[in-house]
Amino acid sequence: MRLRESWVAFAALGALAGAVIAAPAASAQTAMPSLSQAAANTSNWAMPALNYSVTRYSPLDQINASNAGQLQVAWTFSTGVLRGHEGQPLVIGNTMYLVTPFPNTVFALDLNNDERIIWQYTPTQNPEVIPVMCCDTVNRGLAYGEGKIILHQADNTVVALDAETGKVDWSTPLASYKEGATGTGAPLVIGDKVFAGVSGGEFGVQGFMAALSLADGHILWKAYSEGPDNQILFDPNTTMSLGKPVGADSSLKTWKGDQWKIGGGDTWGWISYDPKLNLLYYGSGNPSTWNPTQRPGDNKWSMTIFARDPDTGVAKWVYQMTPHDQWDYDGINEMILADLTINGQQVPALVHFDRNGLAYVLNRATGALIAVHKYDPAVNWTTGVDMNPSSPNYGRPAVVAQYAPGSHGVNVNYQGICPAALGSKDEQPASFDPQTGLFYVPTNHVCMDYEPYPVAYTAGQPYVGATLSMFPGPGGYMGRFIAFDPVTGNTTWQIHDQFSDWGGALTTAGGVVFYGTLKGYLRAVDAKTGKILYNFKTPSGIIGNVMTYMHGGKQYIAVLSGVGGWAGIGLAAGLTDPHAGLGAVGGYAALKNYTALGGQLTVFALPGS
Amino acid sequence: MTVTSRLVPIAFVVALGCGVAALAAAPGNPTPVKESGGIWTDKDGAPTFAIAKDGSVDWGTFVGFLRYNDACLRCHGPDGAGSSYAPDLTQALKGIDYAQFIAFVAGGIQAVNTAQQLVMPSFATDKNVMCFIQEIYAYLRARATGGLGRGRPSQHAPAPKGFDEASYKCLGIQM
Repeated sequence: MRLRESWVAFAALGALAGAVIAAPAASAQTAMPSLSQAAANTSNWAMPALNYSVTRYSPLDQINASNAGQLQVAWTFSTGVLRGHEGQPLVIGNTMYLVTPFPNTVFALDLNNDERIIWQYTPTQNPEVIPVMCCDTVNRGLAYGEGKIILHQADNTVVALDAETGKVDWSTPLASYKEGATGTGAPLVIGDKVFAGVSGGEFGVQGFMAALSLADGHILWKAYSEGPDNQILFDPNTTMSLGKPVGADSSLKTWKGDQWKIGGGDTWGWISYDPKLNLLYYGSGNPSTWNPTQRPGDNKWSMTIFARDPDTGVAKWVYQMTPHDQWDYDGINEMILADLTINGQQVPALVHFDRNGLAYVLNRATGALIAVHKYDPAVNWTTGVDMNPSSPNYGRPAVVAQYAPGSHGVNVNYQGICPAALGSKDEQPASFDPQTGLFYVPTNHVCMDYEPYPVAYTAGQPYVGATLSMFPGPGGYMGRFIAFDPVTGNTTWQIHDQFSDWGGALTTAGGVVFYGTLKGYLRAVDAKTGKILYNFKTPSGIIGNVMTYMHGGKQYIAVLSGVGGWAGIGLAAGLTDPHAGLGAVGGYAALKNYTALGGQLTVFALPGS
Repeated sequence: MTVTSRLVPIAFVVALGCGVAALAAAPGNPTPVKESGGIWTDKDGAPTFAIAKDGSVDWGTFVGFLRYNDACLRCHGPDGAGSSYAPDLTQALKGIDYAQFIAFVAGGIQAVNTAQQLVMPSFATDKNVMCFIQEIYAYLRARATGGLGRGRPSQHAPAPKGFDEASYKCLGIQM
């Protein structure tokens, strides 16, 4: 729908009507590029994580370690929404696209013309979706492909919009929010397909990855995380786990009765793709409920890294990181595809910093386990993963019973577990810099007490079953931004922050790493030394991911502010230490004393034209 | 005392909620008068807390702490202290009584406009909430008006006989 004379009046109705508000075109648009064309142009940011490898490494180098200290704000944009702003904008040519938390308004901004709003689109969604979104109404970003902007709405509907006009091309619901299924993750476009997962691990939603036709939105396949082989799209003979075929009913055998139907394993994180191997990678989240005693077994394939054929959905290999989860350590964090030199050999690696505090290096072609290291020394629920291929426990973490909430049954308060349920790292993505060979990882240095008890399942109602008390890790701080080598387990440098580092990292060819803090600082850091080069306080806490683009010969750095998400819920009032009594300071202070709600994009550049 | 039944009948809850939804009243004198099945009530019959001089809380308040964390923490934050997402209940509960509390929990609340999108769902069919609604209220009342601090109460009265069995029966689960 294109409205001219009446578009101002129409704006007031936009939120109700699922409306496109399009300003009159000021300049003729050129034809939109294909995704491969757009991604090949290093001035653009055409995918959620910049590239299929999810490295978040940009070859742009105008901003470097020598001049980053001179950065200044180039322009800002209020999103008009107060909730937590995760994710990042896209830039295709002269247009920036960004999406807000619920109500998921999409803006197209004209970079040639004062960032004026070319069009905006607000979907019609029932507000009843709001309270079934675990941990705030976040959205982790848009995808682009063949002239379409792909939006994954809060109500788990995937929508394609015409990138030039904002007009709805197609709209496909994946699962019902009335049963707790919601959409928060960024979709990904590969060829003629769109991929999107589902959120709802705290509502017992059976997780899945869906492939849709980019042309018309029809669902091509859905691959569940748990269930019979024909639902999880496993071939008992060719789907491999640690070098062996998984066999028949590999999931069903690890659940009591039909608990897999409400078993969680949701897929709300990032998606990667290797074009050479033609494999899609993503992780599954926690098994439902949080009370482990209530769901005996390994609960496969929750907490799992999946490698699937994007054309058929069939899994080539899987690896379950945390069998029979007892901590809510969702396995959904990004799978970074990096070619690493290990023992003198080039290895096609998949590197994953899991919520459980372990950094995994696998061969992404075969799923073979190469290295596993703790990336926070505070991690205490495991002593490490069994790396002996001939051991019956090969690939399994050795669990420390004292810190395992299923080990002595329900109604026991298991104390001093590290990390806390939000993990040593949550969805906030790390970045890989091929120049230094290091991974730059925003982390949560938080521990917890965990007290599980029985709960009943009701569709669309929370299905949790544990009481958690969180507190800062050893040292009294909650944020560690680290430069880390996952092959050796060495931390090259680290920067501590009072609050968790919940903003995603960006590395650049200029040798500068960027990330945002919960207090709202956008920070530029020397990738080699960890020296802070620039530190600017944006209007609200940052849980978004830093991105960069080039326009008019100038490199820009952009980040969304807007405190919220699980960080905003858990830390707003500050944490208390159940073991230290009253009066603790520092890390226990309330985040709400430092920052307030408010969505804003802040864009930085070097001075001069 | 032996616990035999846990669920507050939904019909009662809804009737109570509808009848007083428009009235906002302070929760009144929290002095505990009577104990039944580990739950203390005040002179008006509303659930309340009983905190001993050594800081030990009654069983109902302790169960309320646990079940608050199950169903409410994701939005209202640890210890009812509020979050970036939902109000601080230690303040909100100073202004409403038990009937109003039940009305909100069972009926939900929506405040969706250009300034905010606050939605609390109806928990009327959620046994994890409704089986323990008296205890959750007692806990939040203690946080709002009884000086109960943050965190897990360090000491609590023992569970009354039959509590687990009655809880599981109400929840409809076998352990």
